[in-house]
Amino acid sequence: MSALAVRLAGRRGGFSLEAAFEVPAGGVTALFGPSGSGKTSLLRAIAGLDRLAGRCALGEAVWQDEGRFLPPHRRAVGYVFQEASLFAHLDVRQNLVFAERRAPAGGALIGFEEAVAMFGIAPLLGRRPGGLSGGERQRVALARVLLSQPEVLLLDEPLSALDQPARDEILPYFEMLKHRVALPVLLVTHDLADLERLADRVVVLEAGRVVGSGALNDVLVGESALTRRRDAAAVLPGRIRGFTADGLSEIAVAGEVLLVAGRAGQAGDAVRVRIAARDVSLAVERPSQTTILNILRAEIAAVAPIGEAEVLVTLTLGGERLMARVTRRSAHELALAPGREVFAQVKSVSLAAGSG
Amino acid sequence: MTDLAPPVLLTLALATTTTLLLLVIGVPIAWGLSRWRWAGREAVAAIVALPLVLPPTVLGFYLLLLLGPNGPGGALAGLWGGRTLAFSFPGLVIGSVVYSLPFMVQPVRNAFEAIGDRPLEVAATLRAGPWDRFFSVALPLARGGLISGAVLSFAHTVGEFGVVLMIGGNIPGRTQVLSLAMYDYVESLDWGKAHLVALGMVGFSFIVIAATMLVERRLRPGAA
Repeated sequence: MSALAVRLAGRRGGFSLEAAFEVPAGGVTALFGPSGSGKTSLLRAIAGLDRLAGRCALGEAVWQDEGRFLPPHRRAVGYVFQEASLFAHLDVRQNLVFAERRAPAGGALIGFEEAVAMFGIAPLLGRRPGGLSGGERQRVALARVLLSQPEVLLLDEPLSALDQPARDEILPYFEMLKHRVALPVLLVTHDLADLERLADRVVVLEAGRVVGSGALNDVLVGESALTRRRDAAAVLPGRIRGFTADGLSEIAVAGEVLLVAGRAGQAGDAVRVRIAARDVSLAVERPSQTTILNILRAEIAAVAPIGEAEVLVTLTLGGERLMARVTRRSAHELALAPGREVFAQVKSVSLAAGSG
Repeated sequence: MTDLAPPVLLTLALATTTTLLLLVIGVPIAWGLSRWRWAGREAVAAIVALPLVLPPTVLGFYLLLLLGPNGPGGALAGLWGGRTLAFSFPGLVIGSVVYSLPFMVQPVRNAFEAIGDRPLEVAATLRAGPWDRFFSVALPLARGGLISGAVLSFAHTVGEFGVVLMIGGNIPGRTQVLSLAMYDYVESLDWGKAHLVALGMVGFSFIVIAATMLVERRLRPGAA
């Protein structure tokens, strides 16, 4: 599977867009930014639905370059729109067959039966799109897009049109999709929670420009656009080690073991561990007599002010980084400075299961 | 009773031919008007809509000039040894097509516009080319408009009077359609036949309208 290389520029609406990035095969690259930052414009241009100047190539296949512009139907993209746009004149099965019939011969990404089983849509095959729920429609749309045997998946805010129950219903399918297909996947989102759950790499877009990019946690911990947010969090890879008799899960993260209330998945499962900066407090000596279970020895990498009263402390721990948001007064009183060893008390840890 | 048959058959033949031709001509025009931004688009839309406001006799008068021996229609007829397209079935068809064009183009254009860009973009990203998108997405999604357009064109052609009188000349057996025959029956105080035709037309119109409404209800998106 080849990587998608994008270098596009042009004017869209009131502002100019200029972005260059790569979407490697395997894993999800997220195009992250606020509404109006040009994410969807870029995605549409990559699919060939709109025109921007520049170059767009999937491995050896050049879709667009100086003097060359392939229309969308000649680009091997699978595009999932914000609202699942099923064909209203066809039932679910016919929607799937529409894609299957136009797929190139020999495309071996997925077969009809497997796609139906993977998204649990067998009971819906005879139904009309008009009678399906939002989550059901998006599942059919995902099955349909895979049946067109794409070589790149473009997902345009695929969760944002859904209400919370529907999101919870559909998210596991996206996580499964990530692991099932080894394609470059480009996800457009403005939602930090979606980013944390689905992305492996992030390209941060602001007002039509790429302002940062990198592996998920490097961006979460390193880009000021994200670290300054009140809901800033680090997301670390972990693995379920086992379960205690009193109902806790043991998660191995960065050479330490975190305890999380409840049973999450199976021993051996890869999980994502989300630690919000506001849920981490710092102590210079190992605290005792506390209700907080997870106390990690870490080294301060940086201390950066946030507004008048607070600072963001970046910590390193077994090669991983996390953040603590504390008051400026505490940082001053404890003399928090780079290089200093501290104990991070993690008040709450949440898991996104099924992702590595 | 037997002399009712020629105008009835002629009317049905004229309306059927006109409707089929209008599907071939009107649907591409409606597509061009609804989906492409081009200079002169609104001018074309206005010309297409012109027959809605023009008195049929005015339209008939110009068509008569165009189709007559000295117009392009006469030249065309010369190709197969004729002298004029006026006062002939082909002339009636041309006149009816022009006259009923807005009745086909408008509903179909509205139906194409109601589809929006999204289904066609989805089809494109599922590797459907432009023709494929037109035939397997746009036309099926616009079928309500197509049926309305066809029914309206057919009914409008059946009911037209002024244009066919000007172009056709009311020649019994050749260009005398039902509406002209009806006029003749009344003129000659043949009330029996007039009643028959009139009642027949009322029944026909009712069936057309009822059928259109039923079909449109069934084709509404979301209907099983």
